[in-house]
Amino acid sequence: MNFDDTPQEAEFRAKARAWIDANAPKQYEEELRKASLGRVVLKGANILEVAKAWQKKKADAGWAVPHWPKEYGGRGASPIERVIWQQEEGVFGKLTAMFIIGQGMCGPTMMAYASEEQKRHYLPPLGSGEKIWCQLFSEPAGGSDVAGLRTRAEKDGDDWIINGQKIWTSGAHYSDYGILITRTDPTVPKHKGLTMFFLDMKSEGVEVRPIKQANGNSDFNEVYFTNVRIPDSQRLGAVGDGWNVSLTTLMNERMSIGANVATGFPELFDYCSSLTFDGAPALDDRAVRSKLANWAVKASGLRYTSFRSISALSKGQRPGPENSIGKLVAGSMIQEVAMYALDLQGAAGVLSGPEDAEVAGRFQAMLLRSPATRVEGGTDEILRNIIAERVLGLPGDIRVDKDVPFNQIPTKGRA
Amino acid sequence: MNFDFSDDQKQLRDQARRFLAEKCQPKAVRAVLEGKADYDRDLWKGLAEMGFLGVAIPEEYGGTGAGHLELCVIAEELGRVLAPVPFSSTVYLAAEALLLAGSEEQKQKWLPKISSGDAIGTLALFEGTGNPSPAAVKLAVSNGTLTGAKKPVADGAIADFAIVAARTGNSGRETDVSLFLVDLKAGGVTAKPLQNVDPSRQQAELTFAGAKAEPLGAANEGWSILSRVMDRAAVLIAFEQVGGADRALEMGRDYALDRIAFGRQIGSFQAIKHILADMYVSATLARSNSYYGAWALSTDAAELPEAAAAARISATQAFQHCAKQNIQVHGGMGFTWEFDCHLYYRRSNALALSLGSQSYWEDQLIDRMRQKNAA
Repeated sequence: MNFDDTPQEAEFRAKARAWIDANAPKQYEEELRKASLGRVVLKGANILEVAKAWQKKKADAGWAVPHWPKEYGGRGASPIERVIWQQEEGVFGKLTAMFIIGQGMCGPTMMAYASEEQKRHYLPPLGSGEKIWCQLFSEPAGGSDVAGLRTRAEKDGDDWIINGQKIWTSGAHYSDYGILITRTDPTVPKHKGLTMFFLDMKSEGVEVRPIKQANGNSDFNEVYFTNVRIPDSQRLGAVGDGWNVSLTTLMNERMSIGANVATGFPELFDYCSSLTFDGAPALDDRAVRSKLANWAVKASGLRYTSFRSISALSKGQRPGPENSIGKLVAGSMIQEVAMYALDLQGAAGVLSGPEDAEVAGRFQAMLLRSPATRVEGGTDEILRNIIAERVLGLPGDIRVDKDVPFNQIPTKGRA
Repeated sequence: MNFDFSDDQKQLRDQARRFLAEKCQPKAVRAVLEGKADYDRDLWKGLAEMGFLGVAIPEEYGGTGAGHLELCVIAEELGRVLAPVPFSSTVYLAAEALLLAGSEEQKQKWLPKISSGDAIGTLALFEGTGNPSPAAVKLAVSNGTLTGAKKPVADGAIADFAIVAARTGNSGRETDVSLFLVDLKAGGVTAKPLQNVDPSRQQAELTFAGAKAEPLGAANEGWSILSRVMDRAAVLIAFEQVGGADRALEMGRDYALDRIAFGRQIGSFQAIKHILADMYVSATLARSNSYYGAWALSTDAAELPEAAAAARISATQAFQHCAKQNIQVHGGMGFTWEFDCHLYYRRSNALALSLGSQSYWEDQLIDRMRQKNAA
């Protein structure tokens, strides 16, 4: 049991560190360090431009997507080297948020199902951040029931005609391409009639409408498709095999193991360290100590769980469903931590303007973003099902629509 | 990075699991629980023969000298089966105190006997209600003898010797406490077994009336030695708790697969699945914190005090959570004497209090994180 790099890993780390040290946009380091979950604001700079410039710089030196094959813009790094890169990139990694879906999920799906020519054409600009991709999966009637989607694709000569609506599509408003799952056969059970495509988001008939979220940001969108034409050559996988293709995409989400899951704990501990109650340090208060200790062991537990996953990865094992615990634990924890930090401020905790209430504002941003963390990419309840079924081997939920042709599934609760 | 046990250590785990599956079945735990024996002597002898008692004791003192990672592996297996033996008192507490602070003569006298299973040791620290602190140590020393009482003392009535914390100053500081080694068979000590939440492990009151007090470690250094011993034991007990939590989770999972209600396996109901998923989460966090503790223990890292407190808190939570939820999954059956659920429930609560309560370790953790931040 050790925390040491192998000689090869140490060499990789040293190279990565030296390059980051010489090239990272240090002028934003402090702002990035202080940025709250889900809200990176750089004063006097356009975040999208700063992020794209950083990604391009990395790409030119071969660091943009280290774990991708060389021919598609990577450097063929091992899974553990990828983690080492993330560790070394540190706070600058916060700039890459808008590339994660494209590089982490769309890219691997393209690698598995696109033609060689398409891969060489589309993947390098995805890796370099020049083109941004989104993932068009969720629908208003879908939610956790992803396969319940209704967006139709109908064959018309060598093309497909798409009609329907997607929702919760992160970054669709600045994306250049997307991968899209559609229903091509409504007469068979729901998982069997699906087909996957990729498309140019600037295609005629694609309309993106940002959704104003509960926290006031607009990171997600509704996307409408009206007679959008996609050539059959942009189909990913066989007709009717879209569910399996989408599983490839979702499995790759798990490969994105970070060394640190955001829990809000370091921020809370920092805050409590400087807080006093009637002149006495808050850290002397029994109730504060108890709360902090209980969150501290969750945060450290997640950290060392990710170390165990990294160790398993380095021995060639694939990340499994047990990695679902990161988001499950961190999601509700960050919500609780934010509420507690505001409670400690008493009535003033209600204030959020950065000038009036720098501290409260930071935790309020967490408070208002955290409900989304518990829902996006699988709700707490879905993650518990995944752990129960795939880790503990318990029976699957009863799915009464499983073997029913899609067009015969009831669509309303009360007839 | 290799944040896992080695293949050799995993082999040792398998070996310990096979051995314990045969030698430590629930009926053996129940024999002690129901008062038919004060501990499982056959198992104790067997553990000695396997070399498990001396796994972290150097060869020169009769041990195998393998190390503390190996001891963590064995602790987890003992926790899984609720081994009804004085392992933690003797090996995690008494032996560790001797290794840290004992004189050469004391080590030569007691460590080989621990390794061979011929001596049971314990730590006599608590004096009634409350958390460990120098001020709570009242037991007095005069003219080389001890007078006063300690309770609860784990395995106090079956132990051959005890490491005893006694007051040797009145400055109000940690230096008021010194440690003494007392041969419990040499006279001047009476032991009274006490009822406790988990009768598969004994607790006693030790009353000292002029017992000969042989210093262990430097005078007035008792608290600092104790605190190191407690940190080390916290990691080892955390592994017992992780083993217990895992086993309680398995029991709940197996029952949820076997039991049919409303025409379905109860494990197909989300309400039950989510209970079990949450048990898995707490057991996993505890395991990961404990691995970090194991690393810090085995390398004697500067991070040990913080890592030990985190492992202790996390593992206590996990074992208590899994043990109580296992009963819930079992429904009424879980509350019967004949099902084993209550054995785990009892042990989880006994271990939670065995080394100072949760609030004590919460204080330890925050103090240590604070010191690190200030540094």
